[in-house]
Amino acid sequence: MGKYYVTIGLEMHCEVSRTNTKAFSSGRNEYTEEPNCNVSPVDMAFPGILPVVNKEAVRMSIMMSQILHSRIPEFMYFERKNYYYPDLPKGYQITQNPPEECVGNGGYIDIEREDGSTFRVDIDNLHLEEDAAQSTHLYDTTTINYNRAGVPLLELVTTPCLHSADDAITYLEYIRSIYQYAGISDADSKKGQIRCDVNISISDDENTLGTKVEIKNVNSFSSVRDAINYEIERQSQLKDEGRYDEVEQETRRWDESSMSTVRMRSKVDAIDYKYFVEPNIPRFKIEESWVEEIKKSIPELPYERKAKYVSEFGITEYDARIIIKDIEYAKYFEECVRLGADAKSAANWFSSQVLGYIYKKDIAITETFMTPERLAFIIKNINEGTISSKQGKELFNLVLEREEEPSKIMETEGMKQMSDDSVLLDIITKILDNSPSQIEAYKNGKTNLLGFFVGQVMKETRGTANPGLVNKLLMEEINKR
Amino acid sequence: MIEHTIKELHEELKSGNVTSEELVKESLEKSHEVQEKCNAFVTIMDDAKGVEVTDDLLSGIPFGIKDNYSTKGILSTGSSNTLKDYVPFFTATAIENLMKHGCVPVNKTAMDEFGMGGTGTTGHTGIQRNPWDTTRMCAGSSSGSAAAVAAGVYPFATGSDTGDSIRKPAAFCGIVGYKPTYGMISRYGLFPFASSLDTCGVLTRSVEDAAIVVDAMKGKDPKDMTSWDSSNIHLYDDLKSDLSGKKLFYIKEFLDKENYSSMDDEMSKHFDNFMEKVELMRSLGATVDEVSIDQNLLNAIPSIYQVISCAEATSNMSNLTGFSFGPRGEGNNYIEQMTDHRTKGFSSLIKRRFIIGSYVLQAVNQDRYFKNAQKARRLLVDKFLELFKSYDALVMPVSSGVAKKFDAEKDIISEDDRSALEDHLQIGNFGGFPSITIPDGFVNGLPVGINFTTNRYEDQKVLNIAYALESHMEYKNQIAKEVK
Repeated sequence: MGKYYVTIGLEMHCEVSRTNTKAFSSGRNEYTEEPNCNVSPVDMAFPGILPVVNKEAVRMSIMMSQILHSRIPEFMYFERKNYYYPDLPKGYQITQNPPEECVGNGGYIDIEREDGSTFRVDIDNLHLEEDAAQSTHLYDTTTINYNRAGVPLLELVTTPCLHSADDAITYLEYIRSIYQYAGISDADSKKGQIRCDVNISISDDENTLGTKVEIKNVNSFSSVRDAINYEIERQSQLKDEGRYDEVEQETRRWDESSMSTVRMRSKVDAIDYKYFVEPNIPRFKIEESWVEEIKKSIPELPYERKAKYVSEFGITEYDARIIIKDIEYAKYFEECVRLGADAKSAANWFSSQVLGYIYKKDIAITETFMTPERLAFIIKNINEGTISSKQGKELFNLVLEREEEPSKIMETEGMKQMSDDSVLLDIITKILDNSPSQIEAYKNGKTNLLGFFVGQVMKETRGTANPGLVNKLLMEEINKR
Repeated sequence: MIEHTIKELHEELKSGNVTSEELVKESLEKSHEVQEKCNAFVTIMDDAKGVEVTDDLLSGIPFGIKDNYSTKGILSTGSSNTLKDYVPFFTATAIENLMKHGCVPVNKTAMDEFGMGGTGTTGHTGIQRNPWDTTRMCAGSSSGSAAAVAAGVYPFATGSDTGDSIRKPAAFCGIVGYKPTYGMISRYGLFPFASSLDTCGVLTRSVEDAAIVVDAMKGKDPKDMTSWDSSNIHLYDDLKSDLSGKKLFYIKEFLDKENYSSMDDEMSKHFDNFMEKVELMRSLGATVDEVSIDQNLLNAIPSIYQVISCAEATSNMSNLTGFSFGPRGEGNNYIEQMTDHRTKGFSSLIKRRFIIGSYVLQAVNQDRYFKNAQKARRLLVDKFLELFKSYDALVMPVSSGVAKKFDAEKDIISEDDRSALEDHLQIGNFGGFPSITIPDGFVNGLPVGINFTTNRYEDQKVLNIAYALESHMEYKNQIAKEVK
């Protein structure tokens, strides 16, 4: 990138979506579009309510802590972070602080880039806390949805150890996939389950640190990238112009509409959260046996699965890396293979066609009509020679366009690879009759002209001819002349 | 009839001499009388009905609920304007537990706003007057409960105790006030003041009634992580006079008349009365030692209390914004609306405590105040835990004398050196120790109290000691008689 050395630290908030209930209440933890239906008195902070720690959320946080090679404290307790906001019903958030008392302290995770090189991200801390309610600011009013109030939240804080937007995104994507693979969260940014804060500074070289600017509430990975790049540009420009002293230690926010960062407050005006221990939750010991038990239950993680795909299924490293990115992708791919589709073909079709389609439509993999069953059906028919690969692509598009079963479309469209000797022979004879000069040239050694003849046949049959059969018949017929 | 003990009432109910309906009616009538005289209630439930009487001692018996207990469908204000119209949709666990025994709530008792006061003068419905002398306070914060029980409205009312809010008004009203071990009774549904100190409890006119009621209120509650399993404790069944051979102590520094420059006749008589009871206990086979404790540690008591209780309170009451409950404030944005709600809703005394609480929690001040207070609390508790290794109980007089006149009302920490005696019951909250006040006589015609405190989980012991002394005095089940 530019001429300055960039240093980035990330805070990633991920809602724990896989517990039945909320972090400190019996309110249901379930995403729904209907507002204010998953709410207990505790979530709305009615007078007299008390928090009760969700053991399952603690279990998941301990699992994540282990995946990140973090230190797990012997005793666990919670703190109150006090501030007033209408979407914070109690007027304080139950969280963990300081880092050494959090469920994860220190640690690291190794990340692979797309080119196969790796880098290490150092973890400052991982802590378990509760989410606030959700306010929506309308023209002249604000609505509050308490469904989100009290949802367990894991906040993962890195040290300032990242140096490019690309690495930052690669790291975030990998952590998201870990949350999914470990069964902790759907980590779906469309449901607002992931939010990031970005700390960023520039300096002349890696031995000096510049002024840190914090960008709050960046709600998608693409925004993280945009915000980082914008901020590098902004800070670099000031530095170029000799105005680096105007870069202030401050909090900014990412403004989606103007694609820029906007100043919120300076460090001097930082909120004093008046942290103190939550008196309603007694300190509790995290038994070593429990930690061991949780460790044993860590499921296969993305990189392990990628290695398996390459070695067992023989697919390319490139395809495997794409497929493991999202556990739903991996599930889709594995289902295709289970249904009998050739793994290499499935990987190929998935990473090019299926992903291309869902990206274009901006839908989730689980929402497309092209289910693993339908894709596997198409792949099998191609590999068995029933249809040509060109027909396969047509079929793929028609299935999505008409939302009809591929078998039905094959029937109505008469999609079948032409494998009838006599029909093909008629076409071949006609083409050869019209191409005496090419036959001459072929016979004189220009054997690559065979491709020309095959092309003619394919054109004539609109790609439905069985290419193997065409080759065989062409050779025979030319040799006869 | 309603002035009898729980057991007596139960026998009358069982024998058919009276019905639950009649008792409830009598209690309601009495409520209105006491309301007139003492302003003890926020709500009187005139539609309360009698119930079927079972073998349960509490069935069919009317009682009162302090207004900081959440009661489903019944106005629950905590005596604060911020909740002046708040009708909860859930009932506190302690009250739910009680109701399972068939007792009938007839009123919600007035208190110091959210329990933050010791005078019974700060509630939003006005001051509570002492039934013995209406020119005097009941003390607080369970002022309405104490007045009502002392006046004989019913045999018991619930209270809550963060510093001495059950045990001091009990003394000033000549009744029994019992604060069990922290966590014995669930706090779910109790409006919080200072969570690490708040304790549910009861005001009665006899130790026996206190045992019966707390047996019914207590129990581990999945909604309160600080509650504990006390199913092996049966306070009433195991109640017995148990003083002989017990080792008690009182704190020398508090009872040395030499230590007080402003010792007056009332205080002197109060001390003498206490010493008489000490002699009585000795004669009943107990040892009572005078124990000296580091004066610096004792001096820290009111500061520890102020810092910790104000800090927790300011955070606990941050939910009172007028957004999802309570009257919505006026203003053009949420900050203005919140500010308006809180400005109009809280009394100036509470606001002062919020400012203290906020101040001591600020990052720049926390080490000096809040963390230091926590350390001092630990030191003090450790000292008492050590003493409880060699002693069964601490025994102390409550307050420096009798109920105060209204014109003496003060919340500020008095410079007067006798104020030391006003705060020592807070030790029970610092350590979560069970502690009970029983009436031990009169000074200048007004009731005074004596207090026993034991180690955590020794609720049976503290009740048995109090029960023994109670049975050798003539103040059991006394009803307030107006002295003026």
